[in-house]
Amino acid sequence: MTLLQRLRESRFWPMLWKEFIQMRRDRITFVMMTGLPAVQLVLFGYAIQTDVRHLKTVVLDESRTAESRALVTVIANTGNFDIVGNVSSRGAIEEGITSGDINAALVIPPDYARDILRGRTATAQMIVDAADPQSSSAAMSVAQLAAQARATQILADRTALVPPIDMRVRPWYNPAQRSAVFIVPGVIGILLTITMILITGVAVVRERERGTLEQLVVTPIGKTSLMLGKLVPFVVVGYVQMTVVMALGRLFFDIPFRGSLPLLYLLTIPFIVASLGIGLLISTVARSQVQAMQLAFFFMLPNILLSGYLFPRIAMPAPAQWIGLALPLTYYLTVLRGILLKGAGLPQLWRPTASLTLLAVALIAISVRRFTKTIE
Amino acid sequence: MTSPEPSPRTGTLGPAVQTSALRKVFGDLVAVDRLDLTIERGEVFGLLGPNGSGKTTTIRMLCGLIVPTSGRASVVGFDVAEDSEEVRTRIGYMSQRYGLYDDLTVWENLRFYATVYGLRGQARTERLESHMQTLGLTERRGQLAGTLSGGWKQRLALACATSHEPEMLFLDEPTAGVDPAARRAFWQSIYVMAGRGTTVLVTTHYMDEAERCQRLGFLSRGHLIGLGTVKEILTQFGQPTIEDVFIELQRRDEGVVA
Repeated sequence: MTLLQRLRESRFWPMLWKEFIQMRRDRITFVMMTGLPAVQLVLFGYAIQTDVRHLKTVVLDESRTAESRALVTVIANTGNFDIVGNVSSRGAIEEGITSGDINAALVIPPDYARDILRGRTATAQMIVDAADPQSSSAAMSVAQLAAQARATQILADRTALVPPIDMRVRPWYNPAQRSAVFIVPGVIGILLTITMILITGVAVVRERERGTLEQLVVTPIGKTSLMLGKLVPFVVVGYVQMTVVMALGRLFFDIPFRGSLPLLYLLTIPFIVASLGIGLLISTVARSQVQAMQLAFFFMLPNILLSGYLFPRIAMPAPAQWIGLALPLTYYLTVLRGILLKGAGLPQLWRPTASLTLLAVALIAISVRRFTKTIE
Repeated sequence: MTSPEPSPRTGTLGPAVQTSALRKVFGDLVAVDRLDLTIERGEVFGLLGPNGSGKTTTIRMLCGLIVPTSGRASVVGFDVAEDSEEVRTRIGYMSQRYGLYDDLTVWENLRFYATVYGLRGQARTERLESHMQTLGLTERRGQLAGTLSGGWKQRLALACATSHEPEMLFLDEPTAGVDPAARRAFWQSIYVMAGRGTTVLVTTHYMDEAERCQRLGFLSRGHLIGLGTVKEILTQFGQPTIEDVFIELQRRDEGVVA
């Protein structure tokens, strides 16, 4: 028999055929596979904005001078503070922040302008609602920087000296500092994780639960055809999801494609294999579809929190970082962001690629072994 | 893969099933012990016994679903441990759970299993059409298997297990939970297949079904304690009906436990 003939007669094809029919009929899975990319993209692309802009700010200007008005303008020009009005007492500020009507207040004391004129250090106060540290920290540092810039300028005007240092910060790869640019590539990783681990795990458990797996084992199908026929459809779905997210990301969020897309598709393989390994592993442990789903969700949590998808791994305590090192997604995110945002190639990405490949080989080896044992 | 050609290997000739000292142990439990059983070609053989007597374990070992702890077994002339691939293409297996895909139609289920058994193209279509005709499934070809009633599911499961015309058919409690009319129709189909030379091994709890078998084997706590035609069994145990034999056995079994 020639190779082509053998390929054509492989028992992998009926498996594939049946899997696609089932996928089309299973509404929940279908919605999860097509709806999830859209929902994730909107949620994480639009809703989650870690870069906080436009804090509602009131001004308590007790100085009422040109100098104090200049400071208000400087703060307003940062773009982080929207001046929504003036108040006449500290009590009004406190009430505003407590009730959540305003997020910040600029307080300029009566002797502000006088102190500047006399060459003394003038003080002003920026009160920020810091209950949510993520939304306040950027604003606080911006306020400080703006005031420093203003101080330098006053000093320069007064003494005709030039400032000795001019630090120019250049935010590479994401100059506008938009979080969508950071998050959207990550959405690809999360989606693939869901498809490969959750949906695949449940699909395999369903065969076991319904008794069809046992039926298949009695046929001459062979373990390789059985497993490939079961898993390959989900790989196809994964690549479609990935392409859709990238297209939407490009269209709506202006995500840059700086590197090679073929390379990205290629380096996605070890990630998919590793995730399928986990999905298969879950299917050998779970007794029911519900259990498989719970296990998969249990596994999703560290992926979302510790992989660097939303939160920077550098900021995490060491044990959390170690857990992150065991997650395929951690490496895949580096690859995704490296290729899409930074235009990185294999020479720059060989480290995460090697780790990912190692994880993939280990996971698939363990899970295939366990899986074949459970069907014997 | 139409009618199996006589092969130069050990297959095709010899008894349909032959086991010697077949044994399966799960932990401390001896599920099947020193089973010596021979089933001739074309026989309809009934395997009986109380719950937990080792019927299903025996069938699962013969189908290659579980590996025997010790002993040997051959099916249609092939060793189940060494030539499991050869065995699998020549047998059909229908479990109590039917192994149907609820979200595939009758036709799709049949097509899937037939293709897995190696049928392709025109030959497959023709075989399945006539198969559906025989089993009365033609009008329901487009119906989802999940929406079929118990009797129809059973018929479809039988169709899926036999589209490749196996030499040997294993039926594990095939008629559990099915109404009498469907059971009768099912047995008619079994006899048609047996008439064509298919060997059938069936386990059952229904005594009327046991009496339809040419030979019976009684299992008790993993041991084969009775073997022969209905008449021989009745004489051996000195009971008027198979049901009485069964109840007597169960009583003995429980007596041993207590």
